[in-house]
Amino acid sequence: MTTNAPTRSGKPIRNLSARVATIPMVLTATVVFLGCSVWTVVYSFTRSGLMPRTSWVGLDQYERLWSSRRWLISIENLAIYSFLALTLSLLVGFLLAALLDQKIRYENTFRSILLYPFALSFVVTGLVWQWILNPEFGVQRFIRALGYDSFTFDPLYNPDIVIYGVLIAGLWQSSGLIMCLMLAGLRTIDDDIWKAARIDGIPTWKTYVFIIIPMMRSVLITTLVILGSSLIKLYDLILASTGGGPALASEIPAKYVYDMMFMNQNLGQAFAASTMMLLTVVVVIIPLAYLEFGRKRRHA
Amino acid sequence: MPDKSMSDWCSDGQRVPDGPRPSSGFSRRNVMIYGTLLVIALYYLFPLYVMIVTSLKGMPEIRIGNIFSPPVDITFQPWVKAWSSACTGLDCDGLSRGFWNSVRILIPSTILSVAIASINGYVLANWRFRGADLFFTILIIGAFIPYQVMIYPLVILLREMGLYGSLTGLVLVHTVFGMPILTLLFRNYFTSVPEELFRAARVDGAGFWQIYFQIMLPMSLPIIVVATILQVTGIWNDFLFGVIYTKPENYPMTVQLNNIVNSVRGVKEYNVNMAAALLTAGVPLIIYIASGKLFMRGITAGAVKG
Repeated sequence: MTTNAPTRSGKPIRNLSARVATIPMVLTATVVFLGCSVWTVVYSFTRSGLMPRTSWVGLDQYERLWSSRRWLISIENLAIYSFLALTLSLLVGFLLAALLDQKIRYENTFRSILLYPFALSFVVTGLVWQWILNPEFGVQRFIRALGYDSFTFDPLYNPDIVIYGVLIAGLWQSSGLIMCLMLAGLRTIDDDIWKAARIDGIPTWKTYVFIIIPMMRSVLITTLVILGSSLIKLYDLILASTGGGPALASEIPAKYVYDMMFMNQNLGQAFAASTMMLLTVVVVIIPLAYLEFGRKRRHA
Repeated sequence: MPDKSMSDWCSDGQRVPDGPRPSSGFSRRNVMIYGTLLVIALYYLFPLYVMIVTSLKGMPEIRIGNIFSPPVDITFQPWVKAWSSACTGLDCDGLSRGFWNSVRILIPSTILSVAIASINGYVLANWRFRGADLFFTILIIGAFIPYQVMIYPLVILLREMGLYGSLTGLVLVHTVFGMPILTLLFRNYFTSVPEELFRAARVDGAGFWQIYFQIMLPMSLPIIVVATILQVTGIWNDFLFGVIYTKPENYPMTVQLNNIVNSVRGVKEYNVNMAAALLTAGVPLIIYIASGKLFMRGITAGAVKG
């Protein structure tokens, strides 16, 4: 393929092939990521129902959204779930990584076991835990059969605690990934630091808290960004483990959007809700990512 | 570059212990560490164990026995039923249809997305034109936009193209949403290739595609493998795009699995459900076990390299 003539050094020609080759990227960036997002934001100010329409209603959709009980439950659930998932998975992930970092035998085996749930889909994860936590057949029955007749453990079936039940499944699925990232972070730390700390007689836990963790700032932020952007999309796991129930107890924003869009034929609500999701990302995640990118660039 | 070593540590495990191993195998410290790790490992394996034993029991045994006990009468009936005759709604042809749909989605999506991303990475590393970095930045920011924001306009776009509900449409969607992370992978990889190589080829008169196919592509085999693993597991496990952009007869395996298990009608057959879940989990699990280090390299490379 001789689409260019380098001997005659045509810079514009040379760029032509490159430009043609990146048409998919340019289209994806402009039409999908930019165009589609703007489209949704714009149409969130309309009275779209079954079909998108351009009859402007200002902020009506948002007013309705924020007075909808279901949306408020969704937001509350997402907030609780995200907060706990972030703190717990960072904590668990870090502890697991620290444990695996003790120069142990069979490290590969342990690591593979901790990470395999991450290869499974949220649907499979949700279904397994739905089965294990099933009060009629699962853990609750097992413990009751041991003689503790009044033992109750039905987190996926009790509206008061259902979101914590989902968390059990979520942590099981993703803590291996966090462990892996944290371990990668721990391994970048020079052994000399450990030696120095040991010589100074600093206890191990103090070395971790005051020396190692501050040094892992970059990995921690990356992990936060990854976790944060995946948490806001949380959908499959809820659908497979609880379907949003019991009643509305485990609804989340992504499900609100989907249901409004494809079941309730209320596009305006769906657009307003997804715009709120976008806003959350802009406010929470982009500053974090910027912090990290900005720092890297300064060091480069 | 610290980033490189970071991703390798988690993947390779070739770390050479530089201190002496704790001498006694049964020191208090060792018992505690290995004991804790063993308990944790069992916890992580527990759901897989429960899935397997449940899928091998008959329903009567499930009703009397407990969830932990191994099957007394091993039966493969649930597996057969899950594969060939479990019902979703009115259709009763099992997961096999979803499996083949997933295969038909997976193969073109993976090939297309990896191919496009590698060309993107090549351009961004070696043929940067004005504006290229801007599109790349939009792409990376786009990776953080919740899918829910873009779902509906994409439905309209695909409908206009006559692709809504078809497998082709879903392939395009997977290609689009896989692009940011894959492009980043390839860009970083090609950037690390010494530029002299590229210059030399240019001096020899090689053109854009020639350099790509004869030099860059063969050299990028390791990263292609990583990208492929990333895409295969990601696409196979996808639920949201499958349920939105295809028609019921084209539903991928995950969607069909959810429909089988969470269908309201009929008596719940937990053994069939677990067999179905295992069948769906099969492909990514096999990939995970077979690729080992590469899988971990894929996810950490994607995650840690910023």
